[in-house]
Amino acid sequence: MRYERPTTLKAAAQMLAKEKGQAFILAGGTDLLVRLRTGFIEPDLIVDIKSINGSKTIQKTATGFKIGSAVSGAELGEHAALKKAWPGVVEAANLIGSKQVQGRCTMTGNLCNASPAADSVPALVAAAAKVVIVGPKGKRTVAAEEIPVGPGKTSLKKGEIIESIVLPKRPPKSGDAYLRFIPRTEMDIAVVGVGVSLTLDGKGVVTKARVALGAVAPTVRLVPAAAKALIGTKMDKAALDALAAACSAACSPIDDKRGTRDFRIKVAGVLARRAAVIARKRAGGK
Amino acid sequence: MSGITVNAKINGDPVEFICEADETLLDVLRNRLGLTGAKEGCSTGDCGACSVTVDGRLTCSCLVLGAEIEGHNIGTIEGMAHGEELHPLQKKFIEHAALQCGVCTPGFLIAAKSLLDKNPDPTETEIRFGLAGNLCRCTGYDKIVRAVQDTAKEMRKTNSRKGA
Repeated sequence: MRYERPTTLKAAAQMLAKEKGQAFILAGGTDLLVRLRTGFIEPDLIVDIKSINGSKTIQKTATGFKIGSAVSGAELGEHAALKKAWPGVVEAANLIGSKQVQGRCTMTGNLCNASPAADSVPALVAAAAKVVIVGPKGKRTVAAEEIPVGPGKTSLKKGEIIESIVLPKRPPKSGDAYLRFIPRTEMDIAVVGVGVSLTLDGKGVVTKARVALGAVAPTVRLVPAAAKALIGTKMDKAALDALAAACSAACSPIDDKRGTRDFRIKVAGVLARRAAVIARKRAGGK
Repeated sequence: MSGITVNAKINGDPVEFICEADETLLDVLRNRLGLTGAKEGCSTGDCGACSVTVDGRLTCSCLVLGAEIEGHNIGTIEGMAHGEELHPLQKKFIEHAALQCGVCTPGFLIAAKSLLDKNPDPTETEIRFGLAGNLCRCTGYDKIVRAVQDTAKEMRKTNSRKGA
């Protein structure tokens, strides 16, 4: 195994594109090193992207926030402006692992590890996050939900690297939230996760919404029907019931040691309702 | 296999070592540098026995490659006491009998110090969440939590005396 630490994205993309064996990108390493140590993967090349300019920075731009691919969970949690604008995304990212893991884990890694239960991904999808990808053929930008295509599988092509995750600028009276169910209080993997992002008008009516579910399908799932249940309402009981029903209907989960199929379907609705109420409060609604 | 030469600082002292690409920082500390305070428990980042700081940030050294620490500052349990003078956390862990077999203790001390550096007055809940990445199979955690609470109290007193 070779270890490389390029200083530009172009060099990193070239190394990955040229490699004939198995090549992996290393940012926080909290998933990669576990797979390496347990013999699940046998890399020929590891490309550490932490020395690439911009990979460790959070940039506030005119159109939102640009989060470098190697920014850790702890760094996200310490960024006051980001936390204020996107509290749901930051709380989701901060739920990953322990304090030790937070010191290294990244949202881009969480997205590319492509676990259906990844905590930050439903929040990113609800937030309409975009992903900037650099590869041998140049730059392209895709929606966050287009990256994972199945458990452990992504749509990234050989030689492609995610440069950054971009969160849009929020209109006034917007809020987001992420909730997950775990049987413990800390250090566990989501049995169900729900991200909700919404915008209110002056009268408290929802004008925009996005709802995403985690751990209830092979990939994190954007649920347009759930958003539709909220839009145009003041989130009264009927709207929240419709939201919960739409979320439950969007689930196609498995039974596993962490939860049954029926439990996940039910809890998806319960959490969606609670997350929507938190998001509304954060948006300045009642 | 040709080794990778790495220059870093450990507990403030410059070090140079050669390691293989797939060697973890934990392997380097224990097997190449003779710093055996950090322990290997799970080697998957779940137990916290290998906790160190990288540029002041708490991390599992089993989840870091040795080659990655080029140019970085590593803090280990060996740097916690000042010569013969134990750190207040170390004293309180002994006083409260917050350890039995001792395998998890260096990790708990590093994590507890990292917690108190950021939050000198944590609640019991904050301590329990802050130390959730460290597993102990002997103590049942209560004595550890009490030792950290007591240390925090004493350090606040000392610091306010210094400030006065």
